[in-house]
Amino acid sequence: MAEILVKNGFVVDPTNKIDGEKMDIAIKDGKIVKKVNERKAKIIDASGLTVMAGGVDIHSHIAGAEVNMGRLIRPEDHYKDAVRKTKLTRSGTGYSIPSTFVTGYRYSTMGYTTVMNGSFAPLKAKHVHEELNDIPLLDKGTYPLLGDWWFVLENLAKGDIEECARHVAWMMQSTKGYAIKVVNPGGLESWGFGHNVHSIDDQVPNFCITPREIVRGLIKVDKMLNLPHTIHLHTNNLGQPGNYKTTLDTMRAIEDLSTDGKPVAHITHIQFASFAGDDWGKFRSGADEISKYINAHNHITLDMGQVIFTDTTTMTADGPFEYTLYTLSGHKWVNSDVETEASGGIIPFTYKKNNAVNAIQWSIGLEIALLVKDPWKIFMTTDHPNGGPFMSYPRVLAWLMSKKAREATLKRCHKKAQKKSLLPSIDRELSLYELAIVTRAGTAKALGMPNKGHLGVGADGDVAIFNINPETTDIAKKYKAVRKAFKESVYTIKDGKIVAKDGEVVDNTTPGRTMWVDVKTKQPCIINEEMKRKFREYWSIEYENYPVSDHYVKVSDKLTVEASV
Amino acid sequence: MVEKKLRATLITGRTIDQGVGKELGKGSQEYFDNVAVCFLDKADMIKLGLKPKMNIRVTSKFGSVVVKVKKFPRGANPGIVFMPCGLWANMVCGDETYSMGMPLYKGFAVEVEPAPNDVVLGLDELMKKEYGR
Amino acid sequence: MTEFKSVVCPICGCLCDDLEITVENNEIVKMKNGCAVCEAKMVYGYKSEERILKPMIRKDGKLVPVTMDEAIHKAAQILVDAKYPLLYGWSSSTNEAQRIGVELAEELGSTLDNCASICHGPSVMATQEIGIPTATLGQIRHRADLIVYWACNPWTSHPRHVERYTAFTEGRFEKSEWKNYMLKLKGETGKKKIEAASKRLGQYSPPPRPQVCMVDAPPKSIQKMGRKMIVVDVRKTKTAEAADYFLQVEPNKDYEIFSALRCLVNDQELDIDKVGGVPVDYLKDVADAMINCEFGAIFFGLGLTQSLGRFRNIEVAIALTRDLNRRTKFVISPMRGHFNVTGANIVFAWQTGYPYAIDFSQGYPQYNPGEFTINDLLRRGDNDATLVISSDPGAHFPKSSMQNMMKHPLITINPDMNAISRLGDVVFPAQWCGIEYSGTAYRMDSVPIPLKKVVEPPPGILNDQELLERILNEVRAIKAQKTEVQTKVKGEVRSAAKTVKKTAKRTKRKVA
Repeated sequence: MAEILVKNGFVVDPTNKIDGEKMDIAIKDGKIVKKVNERKAKIIDASGLTVMAGGVDIHSHIAGAEVNMGRLIRPEDHYKDAVRKTKLTRSGTGYSIPSTFVTGYRYSTMGYTTVMNGSFAPLKAKHVHEELNDIPLLDKGTYPLLGDWWFVLENLAKGDIEECARHVAWMMQSTKGYAIKVVNPGGLESWGFGHNVHSIDDQVPNFCITPREIVRGLIKVDKMLNLPHTIHLHTNNLGQPGNYKTTLDTMRAIEDLSTDGKPVAHITHIQFASFAGDDWGKFRSGADEISKYINAHNHITLDMGQVIFTDTTTMTADGPFEYTLYTLSGHKWVNSDVETEASGGIIPFTYKKNNAVNAIQWSIGLEIALLVKDPWKIFMTTDHPNGGPFMSYPRVLAWLMSKKAREATLKRCHKKAQKKSLLPSIDRELSLYELAIVTRAGTAKALGMPNKGHLGVGADGDVAIFNINPETTDIAKKYKAVRKAFKESVYTIKDGKIVAKDGEVVDNTTPGRTMWVDVKTKQPCIINEEMKRKFREYWSIEYENYPVSDHYVKVSDKLTVEASV
Repeated sequence: MVEKKLRATLITGRTIDQGVGKELGKGSQEYFDNVAVCFLDKADMIKLGLKPKMNIRVTSKFGSVVVKVKKFPRGANPGIVFMPCGLWANMVCGDETYSMGMPLYKGFAVEVEPAPNDVVLGLDELMKKEYGR
Repeated sequence: MTEFKSVVCPICGCLCDDLEITVENNEIVKMKNGCAVCEAKMVYGYKSEERILKPMIRKDGKLVPVTMDEAIHKAAQILVDAKYPLLYGWSSSTNEAQRIGVELAEELGSTLDNCASICHGPSVMATQEIGIPTATLGQIRHRADLIVYWACNPWTSHPRHVERYTAFTEGRFEKSEWKNYMLKLKGETGKKKIEAASKRLGQYSPPPRPQVCMVDAPPKSIQKMGRKMIVVDVRKTKTAEAADYFLQVEPNKDYEIFSALRCLVNDQELDIDKVGGVPVDYLKDVADAMINCEFGAIFFGLGLTQSLGRFRNIEVAIALTRDLNRRTKFVISPMRGHFNVTGANIVFAWQTGYPYAIDFSQGYPQYNPGEFTINDLLRRGDNDATLVISSDPGAHFPKSSMQNMMKHPLITINPDMNAISRLGDVVFPAQWCGIEYSGTAYRMDSVPIPLKKVVEPPPGILNDQELLERILNEVRAIKAQKTEVQTKVKGEVRSAAKTVKKTAKRTKRKVA
């Protein structure tokens, strides 16, 4: 494999505490190394450019049944964004839910090299892996929805956490998943009969359990199994005014579970869970309360779920939430319940500046990101495509890095939002160093990926080079230049190969790996005839046809962990 | 009184025998026996003086085909005739899609008349006649 | 003798995955748990005499066996020479093959369509209009206490649907209605026997029933607790016989009836007595049953997609389901026909963004049902070559469509000599997907299920995926050659022109 030497760039690598130092980065055999033979290596002259590790997205819906249903029902979304076939790349379409190949190309040209898929229903696991195989140039992983799985509910209701852990381990391995995803715990099961839970202490019908017990139980399971990532949590009452209280309740309910000061849960798209006010009319931001709590505690990480003003497609396993959106918008509505496990819903949605609620939502995401002092606690996402498509990341980055950029947008927002927004009172502007944390170093750390998100020796040879000269550019003032720079990387290097240059894919031979966790429990989950019968009762397919066999993963990157049960 | 022609609405669709026949092979006897047929209501059959397994001609504005007649196994459906989907039904179906991609398979007008002197063509004969192969 | 368990049936959209298959000497000899259609294919049909064992090319009107290489070259040549080829079928193939299919279409700049075009294409269009509240079949099995089969006849086209997923199966919250059905059946046979006996004795004459309309009034049982099943159709099918209530409607009147039900569900009054041949009072009872259930499910079939109104029928059906969700929980689901037609929609969608009716002539995918759907293409005569894979338009397209298809070269890929293979110019054999090779298919509710290989294919026959890959490679090779020749010719022409110019100059000089 070719050797690459990136010379003279301003290296920003927060994991190794390097902040814009001029240095060389050497890559060999797909890994970062100390040095390479300068005569043999391909030299990239990065002088005047910023060099970072490849981006790591912690939460983005890029593949699976729900995502594809979104594609399928929205031809109007694709008409305006057709992508032509080239000699190297496949054709496809965008916009808010790009086709698989286009997803890979667009992420890659933005300097991203790792993307984690937000959720999938375990029953449809093969689908998600088939699509991930068709997303080139990225390393991928995906989170199975386990918060409302009957086996989990029953075992937790019984109080048998160890048995629950064994089942979760089996599921993680069978679906080739990466982390435990919990969406509206208890709510999805209730949605089976059209109901929902409204607080963390509501009883889930038919199961004698509460959301509090589910979340706490699964955190314990996560710890027992030594999974690389914490549980990935989408809280109850998401998208409802006043839900910041539920979010705070949830965070408080798990405070005691962190014993070593490490996070025990990742609350995803926090913007959607930080609404204050009693109803839509009195809608306001709960960012202050949430960020105060986060600043005082260390057991939670967050990602933004930033809203972008554009036409997009919302999709989540939170069926009741999508139903609420449907009653609000009347737009085309997909509901997709999955037996024994989950639900799901899709609604196309346009976030408008002149809509007070939308504009306040936009403000909430940025407020929290800026008010949380430690960038290792909150990461940049748009919950693609729920808040907006991932191609808008550069816009979010510009808002984070430049007060001027925020002001430029805010002054065009609804008057009510302008009045209520906390943004004018916030002067913080993220530095390049902090930016690298919220887009790569922090996410990689939260995901438990020691080889990603940094440029230390031994890390994956994933490098992104951007056209920013921190010595000559005042980032906060020249936010448009920054936006442009993050839109198209000068170079994206994946596994030691230059895959994109100046916004074009130049090498399409890297399929990217699928990362998944193989949990070895001391006592495996016993699958006997009794279990198989239970399987048949719970699902409509046979036990043998349920697991994702190895051939479903094109390039497998298995992480084996030893569980403590 | 025996009438000469019956104006009816044609529905095409699956039958279990058609399903079995197609899986056994399009050239099989089962397929021919179960697909080159048209179901009529008992009352309509009496009107036309038909007994089961007699030959009838089904004609629409798109074409015409000779098949065996059968009685609807259950229920009363006067004015509705049913053909299992397959080559014979295709002869009377139209390629009009109303710009929606879907040809005319169900719910259009046909005329049914006894055809004692015509033969029901087999799969190969009918394809030779209509498609030249 | 080998026994296989949990084998998946590769026939209809139910994809039953509990077959037990016994194989002896590389032949399936026994199949357990499957339906009649499944038995016909898995035990007899797949090894019938109609099996194609060699690729064939039509020469002087007759199909002649040739080598695989020759057939692949010929097929690729046809596709490259054509200005605007058409690739169609895919519904009885694996996802893996469909993926290559999209790549081939993209390479050729052709149109790409699948069987949804003539089955649930309108359902897809309706979904694109207003979405769809739906659920996986297991969810319906566990929870549904009202099941409505509208314009479909699962007893014949999805024989195990009722027994595996709906009324006659045990769920966590709802019990099977099978026992009640058997009781009802017994009661009816008994009644018939008594009637026949009394008739013979000359004692009994059934009271003359005034025939107001063909529809019977709904029985009280559709308002009961527990599972109930309603069938709506234009004719009384066997499924209808098993139902608690059969609502017979006039052909092409589904839209009106759905609209009436929507009014009733939304508490509006109707000022007419009958809709589509059904008294409004009966519809009121049906609407009540829908509102009062805990979890309702509508399944609909080709009776809606192929009747007048097409996708508007589905749209209004979905609209009714949406309305019902304001009162209770309700889902709706299409009864997809072929075992992987859902997969074709899904694979096309993830690669191109569109589920069917796709055109690649501009180098990027375009979508327009009614324009790029196969019957419209054939009607207009746009295409000049066709490739049909794992599908039989020969037996299922209207005559005139087929006549138009026959005007141009036709390549077919099918395991057996079905109607379209008999018509082909290049006829490929194929392995039986789900019997002779494994792969993935999507059930009607989009659940992916792995197909199993249980016997070895006959020697020399490729599976769809391998065959398409080889055709694709051959197409690329021919195209590369063509461009090479073209550039060479261009080069020669240019140098010839230069020589001419030079000679002319020289002559000029000489003359001067």
